[in-house]
Amino acid sequence: MSIFRAGTGSIRRRLTLQLLASAALLAVVLFVIVFNFARQIGAESQDRVLAASAASILEATAVQSGEIVIDIPYFAFSMLDNANDDRVFYQIAQDGEVLTGYDDLQTARGPGSAPNFATVAFRGEVLRVVTQTRRLSSDGRPVNVTVTVGQTRDAQAEVLNRISRMAVALGIGFFVVSALLAILAGRVTAESLSRLAASVSRRGPEDLRPVVADVPAEMRPLVRSLNAMIARLSGAFNRTEDFIAEAAHRVRTPLATVRAHAENTLRRVDREENRDSLREMIRAIDESSRAAGQLLDHAMVSLRVDQLELHPVDLHSLTRELADKLAPVAEMRDMDIRLNRMAGAEVMGDAILIQNALRNVLENAIKYSPADTAIDIDLQVRDHRAYVSIRDQGPGFRPGEASTLTGRFTRGENAAGTIGSGLGLTIADEVARAHNGQIEMTNNTEGPGACVTLSFPLR
Amino acid sequence: MRFLLVEDNQQLAAAILDRLSLDGHVVDYAGDLDTADSFTSTTDYDLILLDIMLPDGDGRSFLEQQRSAGSNTPIIVLTARSEVSDRVGALDLGADDYIPKPFDFSELEARCRAVLRRHSGTSTNDKRFGNVALDALAGTLCVGDTTVTLRNRELRLIEVFFASPGQIISKSKLVDRLFSYDEEVSENAIEVYVGRLRKHLATSDVAIETVRGLGYRLAVP
Repeated sequence: MSIFRAGTGSIRRRLTLQLLASAALLAVVLFVIVFNFARQIGAESQDRVLAASAASILEATAVQSGEIVIDIPYFAFSMLDNANDDRVFYQIAQDGEVLTGYDDLQTARGPGSAPNFATVAFRGEVLRVVTQTRRLSSDGRPVNVTVTVGQTRDAQAEVLNRISRMAVALGIGFFVVSALLAILAGRVTAESLSRLAASVSRRGPEDLRPVVADVPAEMRPLVRSLNAMIARLSGAFNRTEDFIAEAAHRVRTPLATVRAHAENTLRRVDREENRDSLREMIRAIDESSRAAGQLLDHAMVSLRVDQLELHPVDLHSLTRELADKLAPVAEMRDMDIRLNRMAGAEVMGDAILIQNALRNVLENAIKYSPADTAIDIDLQVRDHRAYVSIRDQGPGFRPGEASTLTGRFTRGENAAGTIGSGLGLTIADEVARAHNGQIEMTNNTEGPGACVTLSFPLR
Repeated sequence: MRFLLVEDNQQLAAAILDRLSLDGHVVDYAGDLDTADSFTSTTDYDLILLDIMLPDGDGRSFLEQQRSAGSNTPIIVLTARSEVSDRVGALDLGADDYIPKPFDFSELEARCRAVLRRHSGTSTNDKRFGNVALDALAGTLCVGDTTVTLRNRELRLIEVFFASPGQIISKSKLVDRLFSYDEEVSENAIEVYVGRLRKHLATSDVAIETVRGLGYRLAVP
């Protein structure tokens, strides 16, 4: 089950898409602006030339003996020449009556003597026309001479075409560069997030130090609340651990006192009835302290399993060390712990937990076997797994019983009379499973006794 | 042997002191780390028994301090915790062994013996009676020119006899010294071990005599 509710997408993707959308919009706006500006400039320059052409014609207009005389200068039309062979049309009118030129050319009307411009249709073409009027005096009467010059707009369209192509290229280029920057920005933003995530997830479960990471200001509240939560979590863990340690101390120290006194008294007392009751006392103390110890161990093992920290564990030396630790206890019953086939094996796990699991099994073997026998330990490697088997010469398991013994507080029928909590194999099983391992309980094929095998995947 | 016991619980300390004195050891007692420090600075001990939770600090810091000061006196940690509950194990800090509370005195003894054996190899004070010498640390018994290694129960049994030569010791007491309290044993089980010891002591100057109805006694020259 995912812990995330319906996802709200990826920040990186969202940021990148938003940046891309704004880049596209900006590219279009850029294109429109450049295009319009170019068109305006183009139009203005054509207008200026047209106005100059019209003005030069008007300049050459004179009244000679009551007649309007126009000597159209050469440059009036040559200045309109261009590579596109735009055609030029003109009309000269006196007080609204056409004197020369195309009489159907539409004029650009407007007030005053300033040049007026218009875009008109003429014989299937679109022309830009300028109309300018000059007031002359003929025999003391005012005469209005109006000059209209029109020009097709092929050259301008061509220039506009070129500029708009350039504007498109510019827009696309702008978009591509912005897109690259957007992707980069998305990545950088996501990176600081994933750096933080990595620095949190890289740490082991027992590492409850505050997160120290270089993060952007916007992420600082997240880091702050993460650290506050880590502090609360580690506080809770510490309190649980302290509680377990304190509980162990409170329970076991007085038990130790009573037991020590009882044992000392037993050495001094001669009356058999008193001795019997002292023995009963010691048995009861052992039983309750064993139960208390295993309960607290079990709580602690569960806590450690929940925050399992994996390290390379040398199973070979760990097993040897354990055998050394328990040798004095085995010796007290004149038992030998024999390390037989001991392969080298390295597994990933919590060494203390694995040793505790093996310890529970080995302690059982010591407890339930008769004195003067041996316990055999083998460490073998097969199919990429390490198998530690501990064989004793005790009564073994009853048929069908083995699988039930990993349950809490379950004890075998052969365990009657021996002090135990019914948690040892539960702990061993829990530890094995936490390490992707297994516990297998069988009876020895040769001779009496139980064989408990813990297996773990190799590193 | 000279022991230093560092334990804040006075009743428990009293019981341990009682027991160690019964076994003939000299024990100094410190109720806190401060006292323990002043003891270790003036006296050399064969073994230190160290509690972890003490009123003026953690026993493990004492342990670290001893080790960093170059002392290699064997230290056995007495702890109400277990290994799984300690983030930093006492063994990692240089303890020679640890024993969880409550403990069986025989187990404490066995662990002390194992630690001392690892440490020095043999004891300096063998117990001798006539041509018999017992090295309790190495667990060897010398009779004349022959040396045998004793099994643990044989060793503990002969120690009981050697500790009080000439005294009658009841079978019941021997059972309690040799077997754990949850073992169902009859007093006759003792006879097996007495029989083995007698075999080892056959050519010696001492003998384990049966006192009918009362128990056994070590007859010494």
